[in-house]
Amino acid sequence: MSDIQCRLITVFVVLIGAMAASAALIWLERRLLGLWQDRYGPNRVGLFGLLQVMADMIKIFFKEDWIPPFADRPVFVVSPAIVVAATLIPFAVIPFSPGIAIADLNIGLLFFLAMASLSVYGIVLGGWSSQSKYSLLGSLRATAQLLSYEVFMGLSLMGVVMMAGSFSLGAIVRAQRGMWFCIPQFVGFVIFFIAGLAETHRMPFDLPEAESELVDGYHTEYSGLKFGMFFVGEYLGITFTSLMTVTLFFGGWLGPVLPPIVWLLGKTVVFICLFILIRASLPRPRYDQLMSFAWKVLLPLSLLNLLVTAGVLLTRR
Amino acid sequence: MNTAFYIAAIVAVISTLMVIIEFNPVHALLYLIVSLLSVAVIFFLLGAPFAAALEVIVYAGAIMVLFVFVVMMLNLGPQSAAGERSGWPGRLWFGPFVLTAALLAELVFVLRGGGAVGFREVGPQEVGLALFGPYLFGTELASMLLLSGLIGAYHLGIGFKAAGKEKDSL
Repeated sequence: MSDIQCRLITVFVVLIGAMAASAALIWLERRLLGLWQDRYGPNRVGLFGLLQVMADMIKIFFKEDWIPPFADRPVFVVSPAIVVAATLIPFAVIPFSPGIAIADLNIGLLFFLAMASLSVYGIVLGGWSSQSKYSLLGSLRATAQLLSYEVFMGLSLMGVVMMAGSFSLGAIVRAQRGMWFCIPQFVGFVIFFIAGLAETHRMPFDLPEAESELVDGYHTEYSGLKFGMFFVGEYLGITFTSLMTVTLFFGGWLGPVLPPIVWLLGKTVVFICLFILIRASLPRPRYDQLMSFAWKVLLPLSLLNLLVTAGVLLTRR
Repeated sequence: MNTAFYIAAIVAVISTLMVIIEFNPVHALLYLIVSLLSVAVIFFLLGAPFAAALEVIVYAGAIMVLFVFVVMMLNLGPQSAAGERSGWPGRLWFGPFVLTAALLAELVFVLRGGGAVGFREVGPQEVGLALFGPYLFGTELASMLLLSGLIGAYHLGIGFKAAGKEKDSL
């Protein structure tokens, strides 16, 4: 009984923690962008502008929840929920400390990839059901981009799987006791990080919502809380991709002296800041450049990485 | 465990039925995705987590996205739904009915013969060993088929590109 209670508490803490982290991230992003662009950012509401997020949330809650009359109603309503659910569910397989994970599945990594591939639907259907040209163009771009980057996102992780000998994230973390995988799998790490950026459609890869050409891309027609869901989904995606990078390549909760959870969260915050720095500093590529970079550079590179890793592991044995 | 199986099975049957009788093509595809997901749950419950994950990644995550993509490109709006609604000739039902009846008979036969399903968890490693052990020939054949598909797609792409270049030079 106490085991079940313990698990329920873990589920609850992770759920609240993930949502709170993604809300805090909005503030962090705006402040950091301000810092790097030599301006203040939001600093009026509350201490250091910390309550800005609350103010924005109240605003979003009281906005009119508008569904365009030409939209496909059920699909329009369900797609923001798909985005949030598909980014929230994979938090379940992350090992937060030794023995603390909601579900340390045997196939944890595959579960993550499966959920990543399902999250495409929220964007695709959101854009399609809006029945407007900008939304449709945005979601067409999103489909092609996410499908392409998913391919070698999976391939780049197979090197880690080979070195750890397991798909379970707990086992992968434990296998990094000697050396973090970011050193032997450096190519895999770089490819995974780029693919993670593309999967969360963040700044250099935010062509599905490129505001200079597509108004707001796939969520042009969304307003109020439904738009808020897409927004929160994006920040959840950033949090999750950072957590995943740390777990797979930077030893997860491993680290001396401090408790494991502190190590995990500390490393994660570093990667979140890296995400924001990349947004602040890199320009957006053209769409055909994005696709040819994916298929002509990253895919061969990840296959080569796979081949070399397998060769090295076999000769060592 | 049994309850979970029956819930997943009922969801699978209902969603598959909805795929057939839904008029709007995109809604039908959504039901198909739900059906595939529930089949993945059934695989998981039967002790094949690897097959379950692949079902979601490959079918629900990749192939169905392409289906949705194509349907979106075709822009089948309310007109096509109306077209679906108007004509349901009875003779179209005959072929599928015979085929599914045969399947149903087979299913009843298997169920009466007792549990044909092994109840043991099969992990990713075992699947890999089986694929590159006893089933190596099949795996190689499948990979050759995929390779020929890849070369075909590449060829079509090259033709398209050359035509584009000609147009530019004109």
